[in-house]
Amino acid sequence: MSTAVSHQPVVQFIGVSKSFGDIRAVSDVSFEVNPGEFFSVLGPSGCGKTTTLRLLAGLEQPDEGSGEIRLLGQIVNQTRPYERPLSMVFQNYALFPHLSVARDLLLNLKQRKTPRAEIDRRVGRALETVRLDPALFGRRMPGQLSGGQRQRVALARALVLEPAILLLDEPLGAIDLKLRKEMQLELKALNKQLRTTFVYVTHDQEEALTMSDRIAVMENGQLAQLGTPAEIYENPRTEFVATFIGESNFFQGHATKDSRGEWSAHGPGLSFRVPDTPRLENGSQVRVAVRPEWMDICRPDQVPPAENAVIGTIDDLIYLGETIHVVVTVPQVGKVKVAVRNEGQLLKPLVWKRGETVAVVWRPEECQVLEAG
Amino acid sequence: MSISWRRRVVRWFSHPGSQAWTLLGPGMSWLIVFFLVPILIMLAYSFMPRGIYGGVDSGVTLEHYARFIDPLYLDVLQRTFLWSLACTVICLVLGYPVAYLIAGSGRWRHLLLLLVVLPFWTSFLVRTFALIFLLRDTGLINDWLLRLGLTHEPLIILYTPAAVMVGLVYGFLPLMILPVYASLEKLDASLLEAAEVLGARPSASFWRVTLPLSMPGVIAGSLLVFIPALGSFLTSDLLGGAKQMMIGNLVQNQFAAARNWPFGSAASFIVMVLVLVAVLIYLRIRGRGPAGTLP
Repeated sequence: MSTAVSHQPVVQFIGVSKSFGDIRAVSDVSFEVNPGEFFSVLGPSGCGKTTTLRLLAGLEQPDEGSGEIRLLGQIVNQTRPYERPLSMVFQNYALFPHLSVARDLLLNLKQRKTPRAEIDRRVGRALETVRLDPALFGRRMPGQLSGGQRQRVALARALVLEPAILLLDEPLGAIDLKLRKEMQLELKALNKQLRTTFVYVTHDQEEALTMSDRIAVMENGQLAQLGTPAEIYENPRTEFVATFIGESNFFQGHATKDSRGEWSAHGPGLSFRVPDTPRLENGSQVRVAVRPEWMDICRPDQVPPAENAVIGTIDDLIYLGETIHVVVTVPQVGKVKVAVRNEGQLLKPLVWKRGETVAVVWRPEECQVLEAG
Repeated sequence: MSISWRRRVVRWFSHPGSQAWTLLGPGMSWLIVFFLVPILIMLAYSFMPRGIYGGVDSGVTLEHYARFIDPLYLDVLQRTFLWSLACTVICLVLGYPVAYLIAGSGRWRHLLLLLVVLPFWTSFLVRTFALIFLLRDTGLINDWLLRLGLTHEPLIILYTPAAVMVGLVYGFLPLMILPVYASLEKLDASLLEAAEVLGARPSASFWRVTLPLSMPGVIAGSLLVFIPALGSFLTSDLLGGAKQMMIGNLVQNQFAAARNWPFGSAASFIVMVLVLVAVLIYLRIRGRGPAGTLP
């Protein structure tokens, strides 16, 4: 995917912590961002993702003696924000209410003693990049712009400096759904077109999956998992990641290895086969996650021999459009959610009814063995 | 009987129009009787001939306004205007940094604000007398200067324009600090962060973001200082030794010692016109919006 030449990472976060009083907002976090990458930091509110971004920007300083932040190879722990090779799009846009769009963009170029002609060219180009007509929007004040336009101006303002790294703090949070989807694709295209490294903070898992080359999932100030969208979604390492990104069903039991070297788990009311992973240990508790769309439903007497199965009663059918969620109550396990493809309820209605006894089946290789804790 | 009264009152209050008049009534009556009527009386007096034993005679004349063409009075007007302007500028230069520091001083700021308004708890007259004790030849300032060997004879400060300026600035400084503080305190911190991340050094973010956005406070503070400075008479009387009059002293003299009420009224109206001009300039600037405040 990455077209960039493989040299040193643009951003290096090495064992960085940040506390506010007794609260540890960011705790020993390490990651690297590669040149030109679209890197997302994803997590629920209060997980430390915004603090991580502010540490990068220089708006917060890491705790005394805790790790290193490097940008383009340089240690920047003590560097002021205006000396860092980056710019930022703020969550509330932070457009200057007293400046017209063009002046807002100019503000920082003037600061860097750029010649007049160069200024005009770059302001025009930045506005065109975000698809705003410079002639039409240059003289408008922030108060005369819609939410989406403000968002574009904030983006243009950050791009006009042609920074090596662009930080984005939930920039699409305040925009309506349709425009947000459009902007997601635009931002992704912009990242590839400009070859600027994007570090994008969001709490929206779908947004992160849509846009990112890689995602860092954060929980309670710590890095829960780092990987490509597919790795994060299809192989979540912890229960937190499995629930925060998409939906999952969880099963647990004691792991045992049979004579043929195959692993299975046995818990109250169920037993199922598990794929061989280094995380397994004979006799230890094992917990697995299975995505609803990887499961299927069949009659209890028609379970395919190679598949795992639990038997239960259909509790509810939830119509979602693209899929239908079948909620099955399994004794001693709880509720299991199965996503069934909707083939058109008017023409080909689902054969399953509420109260029916069914088997929920899945292939052993499709469960993700989670880390303990 | 009492029930029907209550009903009538309830009906009166439930009508939106009468509600408004009931609420406005007391305040409006007060303003009409004690503000509008006296001003109209003054306006009338300023166009009437002076009575022989004080007061006014009937008739219409422009002589009191014409008297202001006399260099003596133009001088007073000019001095009043320049001193008020100087006082405003000095208050701004001294007050802005104080307001800035208070706005940035976290949980201490309420205490600091209290210290700013604390002088208002004592009469202005008493405080001006206290200044005399500081400034006079044998006062504290000269005492210290002599003891430290910085001067060999007392500096003459009291009864000079400098003393008047000290008194004016001292008196009006809080009126500058408070509105500037209010506008700085409202300033969105994320705007300053944005400026910093987008490459503005601290000095640039002050001149290009903080100052323009605090202009409403600066203008309000300037008006709050300039207008009462124009009308002040106590300070120039006590600290200036009545040697160099401001227009406030002139008005006071005409009403008290000289008993020339029509001329005093005319002088008051000239001050009012000056104030009106200042307010119009303010409204003009504000009407253009904050953008107009940036060059």
